[in-house]
Amino acid sequence: MDTLRFLTCGSVDDGKSTLLGRLLYDTKLIFEDQLEALRVDSKKFSTQGHRLDFALLVDGLQAEREQGITIDVAYRFFRTPKRRFIVADSPGHEQYTRNMATAASTAQAAVLLIDARKGVLTQTKRHSRIVSMLGIHHVALAVNKMDLVAGSQLVFDEIDVAYRRFAEELDFKTITTIPVSALEGHNIVEQDSVAMPWYHGPTLLQWLESVRTDASGLVLPFVMPVQWVNRLSSDFRGFSGRIASGSVKPGDNVRISPSGVASAIKEIVVWKAPKPEATAGESVTLVLENDVDASRGDVIAAASCPVQSADQFEVDLLWMSEHPLLPGRAYVALIHAKAAGVTVTDIKYRLDINTGAHLAATTLGLNEIARVNVSFDRLVPFAPYRDNGRLGAFIIIDKLTNQTVGAGLIHFALRRAVNLHWQALTVTKGGRAEIKHQQARCLWFTGLSGSGKSTIANLLEKRLHAEGKHTYILDGDNVRHGLNRDLGFTEADRVENIRRVGEVAKLMVDAGLIVIVAFISPFRAERQLARSLFDVEEFTEIFVDTPLEECERRDVKGLYAKARRGELKNFTGIDSDYEPPQSPEIHLRTLGVSPESCVDRIIRSLKLDSVFVGARN
Amino acid sequence: MSDPYSLELESESIEIIREVAATAAKPVMLYSIGKDSSVMLRLAQKAFFPGRIPFPLMHIDTGWKFSEMIAFRDRTAKEIGVALITYTNARGAAEGINPITHGSAYYTDVMKTEALRQALDFYGFDVALGGARRDEEKSRAKERIFSFRAPGHRWEPKAQRPELWNLYNTRINPGETIRVFPLSNWTEADIWGYIREGNIPIVPLYFAARRPVVKRFEQWIMVDDDRLPLEPGEKPQMLMVRFRTLGCYPLSAAVESTATTLDEIVSETLGATTSERQGRIIDHDGAGSMERKKQEGYF
Repeated sequence: MDTLRFLTCGSVDDGKSTLLGRLLYDTKLIFEDQLEALRVDSKKFSTQGHRLDFALLVDGLQAEREQGITIDVAYRFFRTPKRRFIVADSPGHEQYTRNMATAASTAQAAVLLIDARKGVLTQTKRHSRIVSMLGIHHVALAVNKMDLVAGSQLVFDEIDVAYRRFAEELDFKTITTIPVSALEGHNIVEQDSVAMPWYHGPTLLQWLESVRTDASGLVLPFVMPVQWVNRLSSDFRGFSGRIASGSVKPGDNVRISPSGVASAIKEIVVWKAPKPEATAGESVTLVLENDVDASRGDVIAAASCPVQSADQFEVDLLWMSEHPLLPGRAYVALIHAKAAGVTVTDIKYRLDINTGAHLAATTLGLNEIARVNVSFDRLVPFAPYRDNGRLGAFIIIDKLTNQTVGAGLIHFALRRAVNLHWQALTVTKGGRAEIKHQQARCLWFTGLSGSGKSTIANLLEKRLHAEGKHTYILDGDNVRHGLNRDLGFTEADRVENIRRVGEVAKLMVDAGLIVIVAFISPFRAERQLARSLFDVEEFTEIFVDTPLEECERRDVKGLYAKARRGELKNFTGIDSDYEPPQSPEIHLRTLGVSPESCVDRIIRSLKLDSVFVGARN
Repeated sequence: MSDPYSLELESESIEIIREVAATAAKPVMLYSIGKDSSVMLRLAQKAFFPGRIPFPLMHIDTGWKFSEMIAFRDRTAKEIGVALITYTNARGAAEGINPITHGSAYYTDVMKTEALRQALDFYGFDVALGGARRDEEKSRAKERIFSFRAPGHRWEPKAQRPELWNLYNTRINPGETIRVFPLSNWTEADIWGYIREGNIPIVPLYFAARRPVVKRFEQWIMVDDDRLPLEPGEKPQMLMVRFRTLGCYPLSAAVESTATTLDEIVSETLGATTSERQGRIIDHDGAGSMERKKQEGYF
């Protein structure tokens, strides 16, 4: 007997939970004690008068029962003589779209509900797009509440036509439209010849029992991401993982990505006796011939079809956080078993959920879908999502909150990483610094507007210059008027501002200079990104720590007053956050301390670091 | 394995268990001695074979487990060769908190929920594997496989992390923890089928035998030792019973059954007309009681 994983989705109040409850009830899969509890609950919460409220069978959270809505996915399990089912009942509210996407990501088929009185809604389209994007090819469109439109064939046909027209641009292989009434049980399990005598297609259960599941994983070449290296006993070394596609047996030649190292399968270990063969979906441990190296996040594949690696991709992205996606910001990605730093380098377009139009965008908000370019900070073995879901899907995690904020699906690799090689230079960074009798540095000042960054930075440069050091200051004024004059002060622009400044500083450090950067740089993630561009000892974060009240009191440029009057938007400290450094190399508390003594402190620290004695290499 | 679906479930669970080993700083597997724990333990053995399980088992001992369960626990840990931690809430034990005089709700709060929180904090475990299944109860059906807990072990059912594909976000900040449920997608019938197929050892109480029981609130309560005070006129009778689910006595009720083999248990389970949690008395403490307990840190 095979198993079908499916989800129910659609807009709010289309009756998803009721439909599922009815399906369980009519297939006699509700236990007696659960039915008894349902009778009691129905009296307490029901919107259905004296009748059983089937939605209460699946809406398990108190908040859901009280509000009569579904917040999160409920997983239910049932079986008929023909098939086993795992169903994910997903929420309809736009607010909870990420939970719906959670449900869809592991489903093979979708039941999409539509209220016969309302027809195709925005949320119907949003869910359809997500279902299609995640690679579900078979959809049942359950036109529900047919009892409320007197079983009208005309209403049904209109919805059927409208939906098929909309779905032409999606990747569905089959769409089956079924008129149902979850409340009355029409066409759920049994054909209803009285209410809708004109309908002769399958009932919902008949569709579920017969819909095809595409098990294409078996015919593809063998691929297994390494999830964990088993070295639990001294004489054993095996690579554990779940086979993503194909099959494998001892003696097969394999290649490891991204290293490209070749080997062969010596043994497939599962439990007690070794296995003669293993196929897609199985968790196994592979022992390889000769002592090759591989670690978590690498991929073992058939030698005839090794897995490609790249670091830049065009992807589809679903954004799942209230905090907008900021291009240029450093996030963490998890792709199969590989964790890597990732930034979105370009939003090619945002998708209009209703029309499918491609819209320009500089950021992405909650539940928005876009086509973007991403850049990983290392080579990642991958496959396009449509070829192999397990190698083409990734999640994006925020570095500070650790929340899962995005879901990505790889279309293809941008070949830039392969085609563009760094010029091999014979004059090195160390050589350039040495001729200047110094070591190259990036001294990164951060602090509120008016905290004294520029004052201290200017004074510092004078002192360094006097000592014969080669320096340059990058600050808001000389960068914003030229290089970054296309950028404003939105969160997204500030991130890009800092990214560019970081890259410029990196080139200058490469040229052997001591670069002084004086930017508010309010967000930890961007400062972290800037830091990551440099070698560990090259980057010094200097926190100019002046309390907001003091900065506002000084208000040298009159900016705080403007911001308070609401004339200046996104002003750090007023209506935009400043995230103080957690462990800066130098922490200057400026209250009651002169700029000169702040500079003294920085110089002392640089001397301790041997910045003045010339390059070590 | 003869059944492909069984193999799929097993593979998914092993992937989950390995993900914990690969990413957690200090993981632990909660072991309740029940049939689900027995299955989870076998899956962990398979996940790390030929090595041993690289984290300890922990049993929250309320002091009110059936004596056969404790004997089985100690025997199992020894045979498998895995570290076993047993933890009892010292305060609760000193105060003599028990299910009979303090009621099931208060007793569960102190001896299970509070004890679990104490134990996790005391040992500094950041990830705890548990054997809960989504088909057991409605609020469990809503929970993620990697279920994030805020500081203080609180579960926020309205703010769960999205969990797409088989990509599990295991990143946490200090003070936060994760509960992981490798058996999320198993049903009671799957568990029994797997036990039968793999010949997995389970506590003998799951098999029907003649045992001393008394009838209370229409349920059969087993008289395991003399700590169960008998009501006036109440006399234990010998009856063929078994347990579908094992927790603390007297909070787990027995069912009348003649199933003495795994085959008989499987066919009885497939034909069951009541859910297994019917025999769990804490679930009846009021609507939403499991969700409330989970928010407070219960498994």
